[in-house]
Amino acid sequence: MNSTILAETGAITNFAWRFFRHGFRPRYEVQELLYQCYVVGYQSLPLVGITGFIMGIVLTLQSRPTMAQFGAESWIPTMVGLTIVREMGPIITALIFAGKIGSSIGAELGSMRVTEQIDAMEVAGTNPFKYLVVTRVLATTLMLPILTLLADAIALYAAYIGINLKGVTTLALFTNNIISTLTFGDVVPAVIKTFFFGFAVGIIGCYKGYNANKGTEGVGRAANSAVVVSSLVIFLLDLLAVQITSALGLN
Amino acid sequence: MLPDSAPLSAATATSPAEEVLTVEHVSKSFGDNHVLQDFSLTLHRGENLVVLGKSGSGKSVLIKCIIGLLPVDAGRITVLGQEVGALGHDELDQLRTKVGFLFQSNALYDSMTVRENLLFPLRRHWMADRRGQEESMVMQALDDVGLVETIDKMPAELSGGQRKRIALARTLIIPPEIILYDEPTTGLDPITAREISQLIREVQQKYTTSSIIISHDMNCVRLTADRVALLVEGRCYAEGTFQELQQLDDPIVREFFV
Ligand SMILES: Nc1ncnc2c1ncn2[C@@H]1O[C@H](COP(=O)(O)OP(=O)(O)OP(=O)(O)O)[C@@H](O)[C@H]1O
Ligand SMILES: [Mg+2]
Repeated sequence: MNSTILAETGAITNFAWRFFRHGFRPRYEVQELLYQCYVVGYQSLPLVGITGFIMGIVLTLQSRPTMAQFGAESWIPTMVGLTIVREMGPIITALIFAGKIGSSIGAELGSMRVTEQIDAMEVAGTNPFKYLVVTRVLATTLMLPILTLLADAIALYAAYIGINLKGVTTLALFTNNIISTLTFGDVVPAVIKTFFFGFAVGIIGCYKGYNANKGTEGVGRAANSAVVVSSLVIFLLDLLAVQITSALGLN
Repeated sequence: MLPDSAPLSAATATSPAEEVLTVEHVSKSFGDNHVLQDFSLTLHRGENLVVLGKSGSGKSVLIKCIIGLLPVDAGRITVLGQEVGALGHDELDQLRTKVGFLFQSNALYDSMTVRENLLFPLRRHWMADRRGQEESMVMQALDDVGLVETIDKMPAELSGGQRKRIALARTLIIPPEIILYDEPTTGLDPITAREISQLIREVQQKYTTSSIIISHDMNCVRLTADRVALLVEGRCYAEGTFQELQQLDDPIVREFFV
């Protein structure tokens, strides 16, 4: 068991290394990259929007009773804002992204592997690693931060609605409240880590699909383990990120 | 049980034509499964060579080694004067533009339409003299296989035989010097199978290509083969023309020709 985890970690690292070796040498698959950005970004929009909205409302409504007990209701925007931007936004969006995009990359490349389409590309004189893997990994790495910022914005707006369900605040006051509390140390590390989350989802999904075993079973397993492994890695990276920010004194 | 020396040769005289592809003493194993053992083969220019063998005897493995999809354990494969195992990525890509490969499973890109499937190899190998001609090349290739009307369909909407023909069109769109066909007629009805066999002959004559055809469909073999090689237990067991092998009085060879 332990040795398979080690072997798998090694293989994924190797795969990621191959990405850096191949990815930045011509020929560049610009058209395919743009298409993948569109697919990866656009497909996840509705899901990311809905989860962001619910996250914002639920956080607000849940924290209200506690905050009221301490007579700190006016602190709700600040607290919810910080929670969303620093932690909930990035992690929830990344997990949703892993479930939606990680599995679809794993299944797509897996079925291409199984039906010899990847071999067919190679025989056609195309580097399938560049065409399929590099473009997808770049797309997930670039799109997840954007989706996260979008989810943050929607969640914050939902928090504003949540506050207005039981009390009153104006949008201007609410916005002002949040902007004045959020610092560089809150926003930048949170954005940076989403690049890593996106990279993890892309590279693991591609690795699982690219190395899928023969048979339909192999495709299912590729999709499934792409989600499981990338979700786990997202949490591990998050743990690492919090260590780094506290070491830098940004917490 | 098998002769240790050279394969049974039924050929009366070997033709002096130029060799475009040679496989010399190639071995390939997957773990304990020794698929090819000291296998040798030569393909001459303009010739259709059929490789016959039972299911699982390693025919697909053989041509995947030839195109460099699988590395060989021992031996040497030379295609158009270049040793496949010794080529770098770019040189191998360059060589592959001259070699067509028809997959046993067709391997059509299922996220693309027929048109995009055919455009894929064209766009990948951009050549100045082809600019603006891609569309007419696609039409020409589809016309060759008689499926112009499927141009905007997805592979999933095609029948098995149609898919095979589209795969063939994709292989032929940049006319290759050598074509490797992996079971071009398997799973097709006898009529379509005969059409495909005739198509293979037409392609050979039209573009003077040299081909290796893997098959166990004897009708296809009869129609397409200039020469037949028998792959038995990892070796080239016998070779010669169809008629020559048919008349050989060897129990293993006879099994294929009943
Ligand atoms: N990638 C691989 N990994 C491990 N074993 C393989 C691989 N590819 C083929 N084999 C094994 O090699 C042997 C030959 O397979 P191959 O596909 O070449 O058979 P074939 O002669 O083409 O048969 P068929 O006529 O059914 O297509 C089989 O035993 C198969 O299990
Ligand atoms: Mg085969």
